[in-house]
Amino acid sequence: MLGMSRRNLLAAALIAPLLLLVTLSFLLPLGATLYRAVDDSEFSTALPRTASLLRAWDGQGLPPEEAFASLVAELRQAQQDQAAGGVLARLNFEETGLRSLLLQASRASARLSAPVKDSLIALNPRWGEPELWRLFKRATGPWTSLYLLRSLDMRPTDQGVARAAGGDAVFLPLFWRTFEISLVTTLICALLAYPVAFTLSVLPQGWANAGMMLVLIPFWTSILVRTTAWFIILQREGPINALLMAMDIVDQPMAMIFTRFAVYLAMVHVLLPFAILPLYGVMKGIKPDYMRAAASLGAPGWRRFLRIYLPLTMPGVAAGSLMVFMLSVGFYITPALVGGSGDQMVSYFIAFFTNTSVNWGMAAALATLLMVMTGLLVVAARLLVPGFRSGGVKV
Amino acid sequence: MANTMSVLGPRRKASAGRLALALVTGLILLFLVAPIAVVFPLSLSSGELLVLPTPGYSLRWYTDFFTSSRWLDATWNSFVVGIATMVLATLLGTLAAFGIFLGRFRGKALLLAVLSLPMVTPVIVTAIAMYFALSMVGLGSSLTGLVLSHTVLAVPFVLLTVLASLQNFDQNLLRAAASLGANPVVSFRRVVLPLIAPGVATGALFAFATSFDELIVALFIASPGQFTLPRQMYAGLREFLSPTIAAAAVLLILFSVLLLAVNEFIRQRAAARGAAPGEPTP
Repeated sequence: MLGMSRRNLLAAALIAPLLLLVTLSFLLPLGATLYRAVDDSEFSTALPRTASLLRAWDGQGLPPEEAFASLVAELRQAQQDQAAGGVLARLNFEETGLRSLLLQASRASARLSAPVKDSLIALNPRWGEPELWRLFKRATGPWTSLYLLRSLDMRPTDQGVARAAGGDAVFLPLFWRTFEISLVTTLICALLAYPVAFTLSVLPQGWANAGMMLVLIPFWTSILVRTTAWFIILQREGPINALLMAMDIVDQPMAMIFTRFAVYLAMVHVLLPFAILPLYGVMKGIKPDYMRAAASLGAPGWRRFLRIYLPLTMPGVAAGSLMVFMLSVGFYITPALVGGSGDQMVSYFIAFFTNTSVNWGMAAALATLLMVMTGLLVVAARLLVPGFRSGGVKV
Repeated sequence: MANTMSVLGPRRKASAGRLALALVTGLILLFLVAPIAVVFPLSLSSGELLVLPTPGYSLRWYTDFFTSSRWLDATWNSFVVGIATMVLATLLGTLAAFGIFLGRFRGKALLLAVLSLPMVTPVIVTAIAMYFALSMVGLGSSLTGLVLSHTVLAVPFVLLTVLASLQNFDQNLLRAAASLGANPVVSFRRVVLPLIAPGVATGALFAFATSFDELIVALFIASPGQFTLPRQMYAGLREFLSPTIAAAAVLLILFSVLLLAVNEFIRQRAAARGAAPGEPTP
C-alpha cells in the first residue's frame, strides 16, 4: 500500500510528461502569441541609439539634432543589413506613408549636410512636425496598445485614444458579424435539435438507435468533408440548382454559394449534432412520473410542456447551445469555403494577418480578443449551466 | 413510452401532433444525412463535372485518387501523423489521468482545466501560436511539429475518457494487488489497465480522428510536400473542383463510419461488462 507522500510523488511523475508537453507546445506558445499583441520592439531593435535618444527627449517641440542624425544613420545601416523591414512595416502600419517618408530620407542620407535637422526638413517638411517625432517616441516600446486598439477600430494618439484614421470601421463590425453568425447558428441549432432529441428519446430503443446513427454519422464525418459536400451541392451547376431548374421553380441558376445563406446552411449542418447529443442525454434521463403527475392534476398538454418538460430539459438546451456557440465563434474553414467576402469571421482575419499581410501584431491582437470572447463564454457557461465542465464534455 | 409522448397532449389529439413531430424529425435527420449521401453518386460520375443526374457511372475518379501521387502521399502523411498522434496522446493522456486519479492534492480541477485548455481555445489561435513557436525552433514545416500540435489538441479527449472510466474504479483493488506483492507498475498493467481499457480505446480512437480530420493547424504547419488529406482536399477546393475531391470525400466518409462502428463496438462491449465509457464531444 502506498503512503500519502509516495502516492503523490507517483502521481506527479505520471502527470509530469503531459504537463511538460502541454506547457512547451501549447501554454508557452500561447503566452508568446498573446504577448506579441502588445510587444513593440521593432524600433528599438533596428534603431537602438535613436530609440534611447527619443526616450530621453521630453516630447516638446522637435527632438535634438543628434536624434535626427542618428535616425538617418541607423536607418541607412539597418537597410544595408536588411534589418529595416520590421520597423518600416511597424511604423507604416501605424500611419500609412511613413515607409516612403523614411525610405526617402534613407536614400538621401549621403547628400544630407549638417545640420541634418534642417536638411531633412528641406527634403520633406513632414520632418518638422512634432507629432511625427512623438509617434516615433511612442514606438520605442517596450509595449504598445496599437494592435489591440486597432482591432477595436481605434488608434493611440498623444492625447490618448481616437477613432482609427481612414474613418472606416473594420474590426468592430467584424466582431459583431462573428457574434451575429454564431448567435443565429446557435438559435437555429437549438430549435432543430429539440424536436429531434425529443423524438429520439421517446422512440422504442431500436428505432432510436437507428435515428441516432443518422446523427452520429455526420458527427464523426469531419467538418471539412461536410463543408466540401455543401461546396459541391451549392455550386451554380450543382444538384440543387439542377433540381430547381428541372422543376421549373427557377429559370436560371440561383447564386447560393459564397453567400451568408450558404454559411448558415453549412454551419448549422456541421454543428447540429453538438446540440442534439447533450439534449438527448438530458431528455433520456427525465422520468415520465413528473408528466404523469401533472396530467393527473389536470394540467393540459401545452401547460405540462411549458411548465414542466421545458424547464427540465433546459440544462440540455443550454449545454448544447453553449457548445455550438463556442465552436461557432472560432469557425474558419466553413465560412472561408462557402461564404463570400462579407461573410468572413474573426478567424479568417487572424489567418490573413498571419499568412498574407504578415502583420503578426494584428494577428496576435485579434487572437487575444477572440480568446477573451471565448473565455467569457466559458465563464458564463460555468455560471449558467450546472455541471458544465470545461470543454463541455457532457453528453 | 406513451406516457412521455403524452407531453404533447391528450392521446387522441396527440396522434396528429405526433405525426407532425415525426415528420419534422424525419426532415431534420434527412437534412443531416442528405448532403453526405449526395456526394456518393457524384463521385461515381463518368463526366468531368459535378452534376446530377450524372451522365453515367464509372470508377474513374477513384482510379484517379489511387493513382495520383499527391493524394496517395497525403493519405500516407495523414496516417503517419494520425497514428503517431494517437500513440503519443494515448500514452501521455492515460498516464496523466491515472496520476490525477491517484494523487491526493489540491488544485486538481485547475490542473484538469489547464490540460484541457486546447479543447476550448479557438483552433485558429492554437494554430498561429504553434506556427510562431515552431518556426522559432526550426520545426516550422515538419511532420514532427504537426504531430506535437495534434497531440496537444487530442490529449484532452484521452484524459477525459480515461478519467471517466476511472470513476468506477475501486481503489481497494490496488490495495489488494499491493498486498499480493505487485509493485505499482505491475498492478497498473494487470489490474487497472484491463478495467479502464474501453475508456483508453475510446480516447485513442478520438485522438486518431482528431488528428486525421484536422485542417487548420495543418494549413499553417505542413509545407506542400507534407500535405495531409484534409490539406490536400482544401487545396483542391481552392484550385479546381475536380470530381476526385468527391471521391476523396466519399472515402473519408466511409472511413469515419468505420471509426464510428469501432467506437460503438467498444461501447457495447463495455456496456455488456457494465462499464460504458462516455462519448466525448470534440
